Amino acid sequence: MIELREVTVRYDDASAPVLDRVDLVVEESELVVVSGRTGVGKSTLLGVLTGLVPRFTGGRLSGDVLLDGASILHAPPRERADRIGYVGQDPLAGFVTDTVEEELAYGMEQLGLPTATMRRRVEETLDLLGIADLRARDLRTLSGGQQQRVAIGSVLTMHPRLLVLDEPTSALDPTAAEDVLATLTRLVHDAGLSVLLAEHRLERVLPFADRIALLTGDGGVLVGVPDEVLPHSPVVPPIVELGRAAGWQPLPLTVRDARRRTRGLTLPVPTVVPERAATAPLLAASGITVTHGRVVALREVALTLPTGSVTALMGRNGSGKSTLLWTLQGSGRRRAGEVAVGDATPVDPAAVDAGQRRGLVGLVPQTAADLLYLETVDEECSAADAGSGTAAGTCRALLDRLVPGLPGDQHPRDLSEGQRLALALAIVLTSRPRVVLLDEPTRGLDYPAKRHLSDHLRSLAAEGHAVLVATHDVEFVAQVADDVVVLADGEVVSSGPVRRVVAESPAFAPQVTKILGPPWLRVDELALTSGAAS
Amino acid sequence: MSRLPRDLHPVAWWLWALGLAAGSSMTTNPLTLLLLMTVAAVVVAARRSDHAWSGSFRLYVGLAIVIVVMRVVFRLVFGGVDGGRVLLDLPEIPLPDWVAGVRLLGPVTQQSLLAGLYDGLRLAALVICVGAANSLANPKRLLKSVPPALYEIGTALVVAVTIFPQLADSVRRVRSAQNLRGGPSGRVGRLRRFLVPVLEDALERSLALAAGMDSRGYGRAPGLDSSARRLTGTLLVVGLLGICVGTYAVLDLTAPRVLAVPMLALGSVAAVAGLWSAGRRVDRTRYRPERWQAAELLVAASGVVVAVAMWEVGRTQLFVAHPGVDLTPTLSVLALVGCLVGLAPAVLAPPPTSTVPKGAPALEEASEREAVAAR
Repeated sequence: MIELREVTVRYDDASAPVLDRVDLVVEESELVVVSGRTGVGKSTLLGVLTGLVPRFTGGRLSGDVLLDGASILHAPPRERADRIGYVGQDPLAGFVTDTVEEELAYGMEQLGLPTATMRRRVEETLDLLGIADLRARDLRTLSGGQQQRVAIGSVLTMHPRLLVLDEPTSALDPTAAEDVLATLTRLVHDAGLSVLLAEHRLERVLPFADRIALLTGDGGVLVGVPDEVLPHSPVVPPIVELGRAAGWQPLPLTVRDARRRTRGLTLPVPTVVPERAATAPLLAASGITVTHGRVVALREVALTLPTGSVTALMGRNGSGKSTLLWTLQGSGRRRAGEVAVGDATPVDPAAVDAGQRRGLVGLVPQTAADLLYLETVDEECSAADAGSGTAAGTCRALLDRLVPGLPGDQHPRDLSEGQRLALALAIVLTSRPRVVLLDEPTRGLDYPAKRHLSDHLRSLAAEGHAVLVATHDVEFVAQVADDVVVLADGEVVSSGPVRRVVAESPAFAPQVTKILGPPWLRVDELALTSGAAS
Repeated sequence: MSRLPRDLHPVAWWLWALGLAAGSSMTTNPLTLLLLMTVAAVVVAARRSDHAWSGSFRLYVGLAIVIVVMRVVFRLVFGGVDGGRVLLDLPEIPLPDWVAGVRLLGPVTQQSLLAGLYDGLRLAALVICVGAANSLANPKRLLKSVPPALYEIGTALVVAVTIFPQLADSVRRVRSAQNLRGGPSGRVGRLRRFLVPVLEDALERSLALAAGMDSRGYGRAPGLDSSARRLTGTLLVVGLLGICVGTYAVLDLTAPRVLAVPMLALGSVAAVAGLWSAGRRVDRTRYRPERWQAAELLVAASGVVVAVAMWEVGRTQLFVAHPGVDLTPTLSVLALVGCLVGLAPAVLAPPPTSTVPKGAPALEEASEREAVAAR
């Protein structure tokens, strides 16, 4: 139906083209997942289809884009709107109106459809996506998953043939992500829509994919059914890792598939990890209550972060995770409760000034770019040294440990997501806090980058820090965390060692646990070799 | 007339409020002014919806109070009319000759205080009328009611209105984030630390929004031929020139009379025709357009009646409209009834629809998500 022919995209400052003579055909009623490492040009590929590349990004585009055999290469995005719908990474940033109903109708107004048609399609779409009860709601008050569904609905009303989505689940908690993906699958199956989506968290989308377009990193693209492509992929979900390690052919894609294969698998006897002897807590919080107006954001939350451990903070969107981090850091105002940081003479970070607070608790906010404001990496580092009164070069040394050899004259905005996060973390660590808090650090990171990050956090803990990570990413939690705290509606609903919490709440279980059952969390624990399967 | 809840056409609310404002600008009688302000407040209380902007009425009331107080204080400090009943004999502060004409302190007379009060009340009434319109009518829907030819400008304004609260969020977020790191603490350094991320964020958001709007068909060019475009352009230019020349001639009495009203009329006709011609080629429709029904007509008419009544009072009953500072202000039947007509929308307008159904969203959820969404 839609076809890319010999598409080449080259950005002005780059030596090699991002996409080099790429051919891709998306058929009717097909869900294609675009995969690849961070920065290989997934968004560029999507942009070529929607027409946003090169109009909004610069660069040069050659080749041809055909829709039903006719070239649409020179049609701007607005002329493609009735055939190709696009949902960006952040739905809220793309909303034009302020209520759900108006947002759904906006595209149709632009197309000049008759009023009766608009009314009918809005109602159909509300039902199709299960958001009819939200129709009059203000878009900004919706939860992340609801916003994502409204954004999908707002392009569906134009009845496009192809839906292009850029990381539709990256900001969502596991349950909301599943909702959105189930909706998409339904559209593909029932409405005959074709879907092309880019996603880092393959474990979420793989079960729904008909084909995968894997960007290889040298400008090429490998297209095929998952079985063909995944063996060559540098980014694979744990389930495929497990399949590779166990030597399963073909590779399992769904948890159900994999479970059936496990019968022949001989597992090592699980080594019983002794519960760590309780070390002195580096941060102890009790009875934390935070209110925003009449809304109770946190209700009597108690939490301890022991020296040398990494704790994961989980919970659905809006359960109060960010609020808790800012409150522990001391900047967020709390209504009641106590926070004490330090093992010898505990200090309440809310009672000291911002400078001292930085030396007690470091926080990397959700938007790491909010911390950065200078033109080069070196300037950022020296400003951080000067600001926290440490010896010149401290920040740079920290950064080199996280990502060795980052060019000092690069603009922080040009860094990759992972490098920028490392820079923000280095700046925060320059003040030598012993407690480190991170808010959603894995957004936009691929599997290798996440592994890298979890190694750093582990080594920080080993050096005597206490680390708390708020995240939706269950696979990341399985890699990095010792303990898990689950928040719901501002209250702690479960907390404890990661294996126990994960066994208790299936929604937060990583794929390996789902397949093999507790206590397994990660593929590397299994110490499988290719011959292990009988 | 339907009693079902629905949102009244925003233009109707604005016509009503402008009628009240026009009425209050034609009188200095404190009784009439207070009456008009009360009328506006009562209607707001009765027909205000639970939208975010509806709470703004309080701000306008606050502003109105500040205006009245300022006016009176100015009269106290800078003195006022000579003569009259002295209430408070303050010593006058001698000023050098070059500021002749300005008096600092000095005796405070009842007349000067009252003059300040009446003047302040008149301004306050205007502010309250505008505030009433703003809290009754959805500003975005008002912007959407522009003629089709101005659609692009209307959308740009709507987006600008939407961006403001987001900018405030961004400012708050960056400020707290910058406290998390060491850096220069000088004034310039701090400003830079703060401005650069906020501006970068705003730019990124605008690009994302522009991309989103473009890929949803905003600004699709309908095929239009060059002759139609030329006609539209000519009409608009003629209209603009006509209105400019006409307005000048109306104000400058030495200009030839043929340039005055006829020119203004010609310009207006050409402008309207130009807008119509530009709007005709717009291939766009509106989802659930605002409909002008009986209730809209009645609400708008009640505002017009207030303005006309006040104008009639000013023409025929000078002492009621402008009682001066020496007489006790009185009301006439015409003024009283004229003002009270403005109350009609409290009953005639349909009750507003509610936006927040059961299971109202948690605030903290929204604010946390904004942080999420900022990336």
